[in-house]
Amino acid sequence: MSRLSRRKLITTGLVATAGASGLAAVKLAQRYGLIPPDGGGLYGPGETLTYAAQRLLTRHSLAREFNSNQISKPPFANEVAPLGDAFKSLQQGAFTDWRLTVDGMVARPASFPLGELKSFPRRSQITHLACEEGWSYIAEWMGVPLSYILGVVGTLPQARYVVYRSIQPDWWESIDMADAMHPQTLVAHGMNGGQLPVSFGGPLRLRVPRQLGYKSVKYITRLTITDSLKRFGKGLGSASPEGGYAWYAGI
Amino acid sequence: MADSVRHSAVVRATHWITTLCFLALLVSGVEILISHPRFYWGEAGNVLTPPLFKLPIPASRATVPTGYGYVLPDQNGWSRYLHFQSAWVCVSTGLLYVAFALFRGHFRRNLLPVRADLSGRRLSAVIAQHLRLRPASENESSSYNVLQRLTYLLVIFVLFPMVIWTGLAMSPAIASAFPAAVAVLGGQQSARTIHFLVSVFLVLFLLIHIVLVCLSGFRNRMRAMITGRQAPDMERT
Repeated sequence: MSRLSRRKLITTGLVATAGASGLAAVKLAQRYGLIPPDGGGLYGPGETLTYAAQRLLTRHSLAREFNSNQISKPPFANEVAPLGDAFKSLQQGAFTDWRLTVDGMVARPASFPLGELKSFPRRSQITHLACEEGWSYIAEWMGVPLSYILGVVGTLPQARYVVYRSIQPDWWESIDMADAMHPQTLVAHGMNGGQLPVSFGGPLRLRVPRQLGYKSVKYITRLTITDSLKRFGKGLGSASPEGGYAWYAGI
Repeated sequence: MADSVRHSAVVRATHWITTLCFLALLVSGVEILISHPRFYWGEAGNVLTPPLFKLPIPASRATVPTGYGYVLPDQNGWSRYLHFQSAWVCVSTGLLYVAFALFRGHFRRNLLPVRADLSGRRLSAVIAQHLRLRPASENESSSYNVLQRLTYLLVIFVLFPMVIWTGLAMSPAIASAFPAAVAVLGGQQSARTIHFLVSVFLVLFLLIHIVLVCLSGFRNRMRAMITGRQAPDMERT
């Protein structure tokens, strides 16, 4: 066998092996839900690697909690778009008519008034909120673990994502079940010992402490449990990728 | 014949892949930075916190007081996508390079300084030669001088690991899984500040590296890093 043909054989073998193992890796990643909804396109490979690696490393890890003397005084409320009429009319009624609707792949769809949510078991935690811009603050958040609400409505076994929406137009996000069932993921209604201020997302904000601030959507009114994000918006998982930002914000 | 091979194929390939990744990381890093050109020490920091220092540049967010009357366009979305994708390629390439270099004795042979070169007299002689911008001695066309060796080791084993570590320490998910990796640095804002400072050192290295390549014969050095071979007689500037 000549040297050239042996080299060719080895190269072909290596390429075939790499191709086959690449395909197998993609199949395996799909099976274990390690491909993010924005995993296509130019930046899809990097995004998929980040999401898959962090899912494998951090599925059950707890966000760091701080002491009360580490709470930022004062915290910084990021700007939001001008609040719409829907929000303002509920605000005039002191949010007593605010409701959180839960639908999709659940056994018992429900619509909880704010007062009922506040009567649910609550958890409070002092965590870091980091914005993708680079700034951050530490605050105490109080609210109902999302996992408790999912238990009340009874998510179906095929559920894979929770989509959550703000009362503000075009502001919606989604998280996978690892984050949705995480004990620190809260439907928050309190902050630093008081009610959650409007500037920080009151009366209801979903707090996802293991992801950047933009996943913690303010003024939430609806949760939809689903097995696929294809039917939501442009099918990229949330409003963020539609605006050029990554769906997964654990980094 | 083997002696005329200046750089092995793996060194050349990883060098240029790293170059591309570094440029992508630099451009996207600057874009991310201008959304908040202020730096803090500790766990948390925002515009209501006194900064450790701030850069005298405009920002891409109206919430940051910069003294400029305008706001730059937001480029954070694609910059973050590109930053992390380049980081994956850069780190994989770096690991491949380090594995190859250990396996082939590249560090021991080409980068670890000879003991005799580390004496104060020899070091000051090399530094003086550089300060006078004297051309490299003949044997340096086939090997690195002691300053080069120390600088490359610093970049490979200190600056790159630090920039990767501080980058990962900014990730809220990584911080949840490896809290000690953040605590050792002094907090997530400290990690961001160190990430910036180490990047400045890496850019300084890049600039000096390019200047020295030009001074020591740009065409021949480029040829060596692209084809692996160089002209037998060095061009002199």
